[in-house]
Amino acid sequence: MSLELRNVTKRVGADVHIHETSLVFETGTFNTLLGPTLAGKTTLMQLMAGLERPTSGEVWFAGRNVNGVPVQKRNVAMVYQQFINYPNLTVFENIASPLRVAGVAQREIEQRVHDTAELLRLTPMLQRAPSELSGGQQQRTAIARALVKDSDLILLDEPLANLDYKLREELRDELPKLFEGGERIVVYATTEPTEALLFGGRTATLSEGRVTQFGPTSEVYRQPADLETAQVFSDPPINTAPVTKLGSEILIGGKIKLPAGNTAARIADGEYTIGIRPHHVTPQAGGNGATVEGRVLIAELSGSESVVHFDLNGYTWVSQSQGVHPFEIGETARLHVDIDRSFFFAADGRLIAGGE
Amino acid sequence: MAAITLKDVRHSYVANPVVDEDWALKRLTLELADGGAYALLGPSGCGKTTLLNLISGLLRPTEGTILFDGLDVTDATPEARNIAQVFQFPVIYDTMTVYDNLAFPLRNRGVTAADVDRRVREIAEMLELDDMLRRRAAGLTADGKQKISLGRGLVRSDVNVIMFDEPLTVIDPHLKWVLRSKLKELHHRIRRTMIYVTHDQTEALTFADQVVVMNAGEIVQIGTPVDLFERPHHTFVGHFIGSPGMNVIPCEIEEGEAIVAGHRIATANAAAWRGNGKALELGVRPEFVTFTDTGIPVDIVKVADAGRHRIVETRHGAMTIKMLVNEDDDIPSGKAHVAFDPSHTQVYEDGWVVENEAGSR
Repeated sequence: MSLELRNVTKRVGADVHIHETSLVFETGTFNTLLGPTLAGKTTLMQLMAGLERPTSGEVWFAGRNVNGVPVQKRNVAMVYQQFINYPNLTVFENIASPLRVAGVAQREIEQRVHDTAELLRLTPMLQRAPSELSGGQQQRTAIARALVKDSDLILLDEPLANLDYKLREELRDELPKLFEGGERIVVYATTEPTEALLFGGRTATLSEGRVTQFGPTSEVYRQPADLETAQVFSDPPINTAPVTKLGSEILIGGKIKLPAGNTAARIADGEYTIGIRPHHVTPQAGGNGATVEGRVLIAELSGSESVVHFDLNGYTWVSQSQGVHPFEIGETARLHVDIDRSFFFAADGRLIAGGE
Repeated sequence: MAAITLKDVRHSYVANPVVDEDWALKRLTLELADGGAYALLGPSGCGKTTLLNLISGLLRPTEGTILFDGLDVTDATPEARNIAQVFQFPVIYDTMTVYDNLAFPLRNRGVTAADVDRRVREIAEMLELDDMLRRRAAGLTADGKQKISLGRGLVRSDVNVIMFDEPLTVIDPHLKWVLRSKLKELHHRIRRTMIYVTHDQTEALTFADQVVVMNAGEIVQIGTPVDLFERPHHTFVGHFIGSPGMNVIPCEIEEGEAIVAGHRIATANAAAWRGNGKALELGVRPEFVTFTDTGIPVDIVKVADAGRHRIVETRHGAMTIKMLVNEDDDIPSGKAHVAFDPSHTQVYEDGWVVENEAGSR
């Protein structure tokens, strides 16, 4: 069983919300849609669910074209950023509601609600009203309602965005476990690269209505097909600058000379954009590399790590390292660039070299 | 600018508070130095917003006094306290230009046109809004609008304190980085007292020089980000700060040494324990757990890739120990042994760290 988007587009008036997209989601997989606000994540989910019809192209499910099939006729569940529960029903009845609609027998309803509540640690709250629950418990109730009815497709649209940081961490840990081994397709939308990474599974990166890459999460992260993907999939943002590669050297911004390293050694001389993630630019040496100097703009010490924003010949770069490395604003920082970990992109954004 | 003092302040939303739970904010005394960058950090319902509202004057404390530069302002209105506030959602006038939005708090107080112009341009330049001053605010993106909100909070040079209430919650991660560092840079330039309220540890730890960690109506610890990371005074701080939080493991103490599951563990403070039969726990952050040849035997149950490092979940019996492993380091499969860095391993008694002699924690 799979869900397939075939050359799907979505336009609203003159605005293109989704450029031509073809994707296949297999049953039993956990898929993350990663991209900034307005990248098209929600629209793509609405197309998958049947809440919206594509302007062109087709949506196929389990070998069947479901373009004209309304959401009610599809076995789909959605969880949104806002906790949506029936305020006048108990937690039990909230979770039971999709089963009641489907006409499931009372005895089975009780069994399934209790099993699902147990999984989501809601058993002690079953007789309470949603308003008596914490935000995390309310969202768990909404997730339980999506889980209880054995949907073929579960769509989660930034479900943790409104929760406290620590609760988010906890639920982020629990979610993939909940869906493990199920005969369903899970699609999860987020703006946060770390969330996509921790879920593992497969990730599709989105930017301005385009899916830039789709594949196993760690592959998309470590071998981004283009600059846009690398930018979407980096937190803090990936450092970039135009470089000239000439023989065994590279020239950043026309001025700073560095050894080309093993990555750039393989590419033809010419103009590229270098991309290097902040944790590969560090105060202490490591790997194959070179040292750059830059004026410190901001230094942040979070206790466990140090983040330094510095000016590299007109480009603002960020260094992120473990431990406490204090820098003064305005001082010249010497930082180590792990050059073999850098990416080189062509003028059109395509990855030319780099990535493990 | 002002130093802010809260003296024996308590607050309750109940008319006649009796039991402990009636107090939204338990009795506290707090000094915020003039020109400091502070964060109030804690989960929903911990009392941080109550504390903020007491400082701004939106609430009058049930008990205690509040001083600005030694002057009692307990009964002073928010206007009289002369503060600026920035909220979670942008508070701006859509029909006005960016310039007029920034100028509004100044014109409201009768600042001369020349001074208004000078201040607005200064702030716009700092926030990189200078090329859109003539544009209407309505057409801007969410982060653009929030930048204006920040600008309106920062534009007056005469305020005692600038308060930020979860200002970046609705902002995308990439822009959060930009705005957060902007705010940090602004504090460095204008050195005004700033208080930043958040549940997000990253925001609190990167913005503030001093972080006030709160839980259940109480201040649990005040310290620099490095203090909070390296020497959490309470297991709550250890858990709440750090991602994942500190490992908290049941332990015993024998002859000044901690014992975990039959293994002797060197710690920073077990020798100082004087023994009074309270619950004992050992706290060690995932950053300070390493694989070794001997030590506590564990099963590796999960490895999560977080990019620059991996989060490894290990188990010994019913006990879970998490650790962080760099992206280049090897992870054994199946069974392994782990050890803790003694200088970053501490014993906690009923949640509070066991103090070494001379009161040092």
